[in-house]
Amino acid sequence: MSKMNTITTITTKWNSIFHRKQDQQAAETDLEISPQFEGEVKPIDIPANDPFLAFIQHSSGVIDLEELKLDSQTVSAMKAEGVRLALPLVSQGELIGLINLGPRRSEQDYSTEDKRLLQNLATQAAPALRIAQLAQQQQVEARQRERIEQELRVARVIQETLLPKEIPAIAGWELAAHWQPAREVSGDFYDFIQLPDGRIAVIVADVTDKGVPAAMVMATTRSMLRAAAERLIEPGKVLARTNELLHPDIPTKMFVTCLYMLIEPGSGKIVLANAGHNLPYILSNGEVKELRATGMPLGLMPDMPYDELEATLAADQILVLSSDGLIEAHNDQGEMYGFGRFKSELATLGEGVGIIPAVMESWQDFTGEDHDQEDDITLVTLQYSGKDFGESEDQSWSLVTSFELASRPGEERQASQRVLEALAPLGLAERQERRLGTAVAEATMNAMEHGNQYQESLPVQIEVLDRESAVAVRIRDFGKEPIEDNPDIPDIDAKLAGMQSPRGWGLFLIKNMVDEMNVQQDEQHHTIELIVNRKG
Amino acid sequence: MNTKTFSANLRQEDRMIVIDLAGSINAQADEGFNQAYREAASMNYETIALNFSEVDYINSTGIALIVELLAQARKSHKHLIVYGLSDHYLEVFQITRLSDFMDIYQDETKAMTGVISG
Repeated sequence: MSKMNTITTITTKWNSIFHRKQDQQAAETDLEISPQFEGEVKPIDIPANDPFLAFIQHSSGVIDLEELKLDSQTVSAMKAEGVRLALPLVSQGELIGLINLGPRRSEQDYSTEDKRLLQNLATQAAPALRIAQLAQQQQVEARQRERIEQELRVARVIQETLLPKEIPAIAGWELAAHWQPAREVSGDFYDFIQLPDGRIAVIVADVTDKGVPAAMVMATTRSMLRAAAERLIEPGKVLARTNELLHPDIPTKMFVTCLYMLIEPGSGKIVLANAGHNLPYILSNGEVKELRATGMPLGLMPDMPYDELEATLAADQILVLSSDGLIEAHNDQGEMYGFGRFKSELATLGEGVGIIPAVMESWQDFTGEDHDQEDDITLVTLQYSGKDFGESEDQSWSLVTSFELASRPGEERQASQRVLEALAPLGLAERQERRLGTAVAEATMNAMEHGNQYQESLPVQIEVLDRESAVAVRIRDFGKEPIEDNPDIPDIDAKLAGMQSPRGWGLFLIKNMVDEMNVQQDEQHHTIELIVNRKG
Repeated sequence: MNTKTFSANLRQEDRMIVIDLAGSINAQADEGFNQAYREAASMNYETIALNFSEVDYINSTGIALIVELLAQARKSHKHLIVYGLSDHYLEVFQITRLSDFMDIYQDETKAMTGVISG
């Protein structure tokens, strides 16, 4: 807002008429602001080029309009409204308002004493008015700030709904993700898309800039990638299609770097294409290798091709995907965290689950406690165990659904219900469904109680799989102790005689409710596989 | 998930006292089920009937609970009978061999007839 406009506006607000109180003798109390006017007083705007404005800015004291010889439309308008005196309000050399006075009620002219009194009033009123103006302005600004902050909080919540609600549980894989915006909202995102053929698309992307503009482009890009992933399989084609859609609409000077990768859960095979994003790393026995796939960022230029890179992970190798907010962070000395430090840190780490917390701790140590995060950070890790159920089967399983549950008493029924919902279209007999429901509830309860010790932070991961001859449910926990393969078979005679605990029915029930039960134990997980054969 | 909480109510019938069970028989049912059983056992009935018609879930902890009550009943020479089980839980009672130690009836009428002819 320009200074001229400010004055004009204030002037109109303060277009007020002072008048004398009748029958009043004492000069000190001779004037008051009348709560009522004789007729409506119209606001009078002073155009920026009106000579009256220049005049009042340089005049000091009360201006008698009758005596003023100025070719001014404003002065004419004021006179027409009955204004007799104008009283400039000046604070710290700045004109902040004008008090206009109509004729005295006694119809006598304003005396020299009146004018002196008015001048004193102006001297005292101006700073008070200035303070009131500043206070009002601050209130308006505070309300605006509060509104914007509230809107940003809502935007953050909306944006979080665009990120995966849960990390998919994939047999033989350990996935983890970390998303840390620099502001309330972020231009970074990651995504996992379960494809109908059982493969999983993993996306990590970073929109240039940060905050609201980046977040808006992020939401659009995510939708475009998802739409492209539904129709196309090859990562290169998905990126090319997204680029084609994004390029005409993205604001100038903005673009999106994106890594799109397909993983084949059973074999460890990956295919990826890269639109200008940080290269993914393969971490293996303290060695860090880059997967070098390059391409132009999305939205920058039309008709871009994206090459694809294929690789097959060996057992226990870990893929690490990142965004540049991590790499490009600086410490107090102006040094950058950098790829070198990131790779050295990764080389010291071994297991997929612990990588993210360890990297973030190293990053925090480097940047310092009070670091003002410069850019959004995303980290995704995918560890391949190399061990998968059913490897020797001629016909492989296809994934129907996968989900996670917190280790909380009672969640086992949720597990059972969600598995049965997923299996509903697959045509098991009702009795088989009931039996499998009980087995899933029991196995989930064991996983929460024995494997995860009812620690809510440790989820139970459940996969439902299907093939022509059977359906399977895999239930995985974080139990590190091998479980007893053949615990005491519960003997009700012994239990009733007090020679065996009344408990211990869980595994017995599970085994009796399904056609096949397999268990697998690795260094981090315990998994139970329940198989029900289709009849006929 | 909406699951009914456990409840157990006593009802005196001719020749037997009925414990009307409802909801889930799991770890949370332990206290309520035991208390209902103790009250039923303190009454002067030889037969205690467990009515499962309104029970929607029994897990392995619930089975253990029933085994405990069955052991108590056998010690105090009470006759514990069961009715109202769904086909699925009837199968569970058979697999665990609970059915070898408890008379299982389809419904209350059949249970009463069984007790009288008993």
